[in-house]
Amino acid sequence: MSSLSGRTAVAGIGATEFSKESGRSELHLAAEAVFAALDDAGLSPSDVDGMVTYTQDANDEIAVAREVGIGDLSFFSRVHYGGGAACGTVLHAAMAVATGVAEVVVCYRAFNERSGRRFGQPNTRLGGEPSSQGLEMSWHVPYGLITPAAWVAMFARRYMHQYGVTSEDFGRVAVAMRRHASTNPAAWFHGRPITLADHQASKWIVDPLHLLDCCQESDGAVALVVTTEERARDLRRSPAVITAAAQGSGTGQMMMTSYYRDDMTGLPEMGVVGRKLWKESGLSPSEIQTAIIYDHFTPFVLTQLEELGFCERGEAKDFIRNGGIEIDGHLPVNPHGGQLGEAYIHGMNGIAEAVRQIRGTAVNQVAGVQNVLVTAGTGVPTSGLILSQG
Amino acid sequence: MTELRDHLMALADKAVAAGEGPRQAAPHPVNDVMISHWTEAMGDRNPVYAGPDAVAPPVMIQVWSMEGLSRDPAREFRRPMDDVFDALDEAGYKGVVATNCEHTYHRYLSTGEELTSSTRMVDMVGPKRTALGEGYFVTWNVTWFSGDEPVAEMMFRLLKFQPVVPAEKAKREPYPLRPAVNDDTRFFWDGVQAGELRIQRCGGCGELRHPPGPVCPSCRSAERTHIVASGAGTVYSYVVHHHPPVPGQEPPFVVAVVELPEGVRMVGNIVQCPIEEVYVGMPVRVTYQEMDDELTLPMWAPIPEEA
Repeated sequence: MSSLSGRTAVAGIGATEFSKESGRSELHLAAEAVFAALDDAGLSPSDVDGMVTYTQDANDEIAVAREVGIGDLSFFSRVHYGGGAACGTVLHAAMAVATGVAEVVVCYRAFNERSGRRFGQPNTRLGGEPSSQGLEMSWHVPYGLITPAAWVAMFARRYMHQYGVTSEDFGRVAVAMRRHASTNPAAWFHGRPITLADHQASKWIVDPLHLLDCCQESDGAVALVVTTEERARDLRRSPAVITAAAQGSGTGQMMMTSYYRDDMTGLPEMGVVGRKLWKESGLSPSEIQTAIIYDHFTPFVLTQLEELGFCERGEAKDFIRNGGIEIDGHLPVNPHGGQLGEAYIHGMNGIAEAVRQIRGTAVNQVAGVQNVLVTAGTGVPTSGLILSQG
Repeated sequence: MTELRDHLMALADKAVAAGEGPRQAAPHPVNDVMISHWTEAMGDRNPVYAGPDAVAPPVMIQVWSMEGLSRDPAREFRRPMDDVFDALDEAGYKGVVATNCEHTYHRYLSTGEELTSSTRMVDMVGPKRTALGEGYFVTWNVTWFSGDEPVAEMMFRLLKFQPVVPAEKAKREPYPLRPAVNDDTRFFWDGVQAGELRIQRCGGCGELRHPPGPVCPSCRSAERTHIVASGAGTVYSYVVHHHPPVPGQEPPFVVAVVELPEGVRMVGNIVQCPIEEVYVGMPVRVTYQEMDDELTLPMWAPIPEEA
């Protein structure tokens, strides 16, 4: 059986600044990030023959291609399910490159999520249409269960109840992310660390989630360039080899509201991703030097550590105690500050950070990084990556 | 408004100033047949109204000058206040209700007497606010004559009003968070309207399923039935929503995943319960909440725990 492992690499990363009001269109942001990623790789737009983005992205591949001066495309694809698409874009790109469908694929995500449409605001039309998703939402939206924070809070309460987890345990994630962001000049919360007391004192958004359990809202864009490992080796930057890439959806899966499965305290879809990643890479959790764990809401960081096998079920609260996921802990998580600290670019900025950690060029560089595990949006069908030194 | 009132009042003043209208002859003389019908209808057995020397009951004075249902055009006439009534109708004061009627009788009438009558407008007052609507009180006087002798008079007052359109049954604001409904889920919402909490039951293998769907994932049967849940439940998880504001909901509010003894879970609001008293494991019972004129939602209220 041929494996995808090691055959492709991320050769370039690019981003705009991360802000609350970019002052320009989402297409403009996308174009800037793509230019930056191609420049980083030392490639020109004419080298690109494939593009992948999120279903949710408002910028069509062809529009970005026109703007950037990309010519013929032999591959274009979209990945569904919100932020769960992040690593999935790289998987799709890697499959296309490994099979020769395309040679250089750009993955991108661009939005004005703070100054434009804000995902955290109630959208009363969510339950309006009898599409499968509209019907799914219709069991929840009429009761005002309509925001991502509320959907996640429902899992969090059960998780707390079952494993004796407290709000302070969630708070430790926020403290770690803000600590990392405080020393990252690209982070929105650069220079602004918080304490656990700050977390506890922050207002309720949806109890049991405080404001500081919820990631920020950002304007910005990130792009990645995926090509063959062989070609990447000859480019400007040292390659971040795609050792494993996977998507995952679980039994009884829903969009953010999988409340009807036997156990409400896990993320089975991330379990699917984890098992695929470990199998394909042949690695184990102890061989990961730093991890980029999707952190739109703190509770799911704990759940992911359990699903991925970094700790046992219900033990994440102990794993993260005493700075366990901070830069000097046993598993530094999100050295860039994550989405809680750096920016919310739907997980794409985390992949860029993973590449920097592999290159050894991150501002909060973890020593001796060989392999980085990256995850995508949680509570939805999701995806993951393991990137490695070439 | 003032302009209209001035116009109406001017017409009324003119009608009053016109004084007595033309005398109109009664269609029939005072007669025993009409007297007999009237006393029968009224149940008045007074002997003075019967027999060869019968007199007419004074209170039936109006009867003698009443026109029949089919009027002879030749007998049509206008009374002094008819212009006022036309103007009131035109201005929307189409409603009419009699408010006062006073008779004065100068003597009894005997059969065979030929009567005439004439009308004089007395006054008009208004506009007045009344329970029926805004209107004008119009008063007039009718005098009946036998020959030239006045035999009876009547003061009559009525209210001409603008009928108040019965306020449309106050419609509630449509609740903004509406569920999408299709062939696969309609049975549930129909159940809610009927006060039933329905759980889909596979017609093939009997498996219960919520949320429902078109095909049974266990046996592939598309034959769908449902059972009616007992209405009992236990809070499996819950949240208290504070921010941001949600249309149609007043924060803070509680949403819960409720586990039913039938073996499925449902999401709904916890109501009739202080927020701080909600807990995982709390026994609850379904209750139905009308959200607007069309939508009812099943929700959950606490029930006392068994001792």
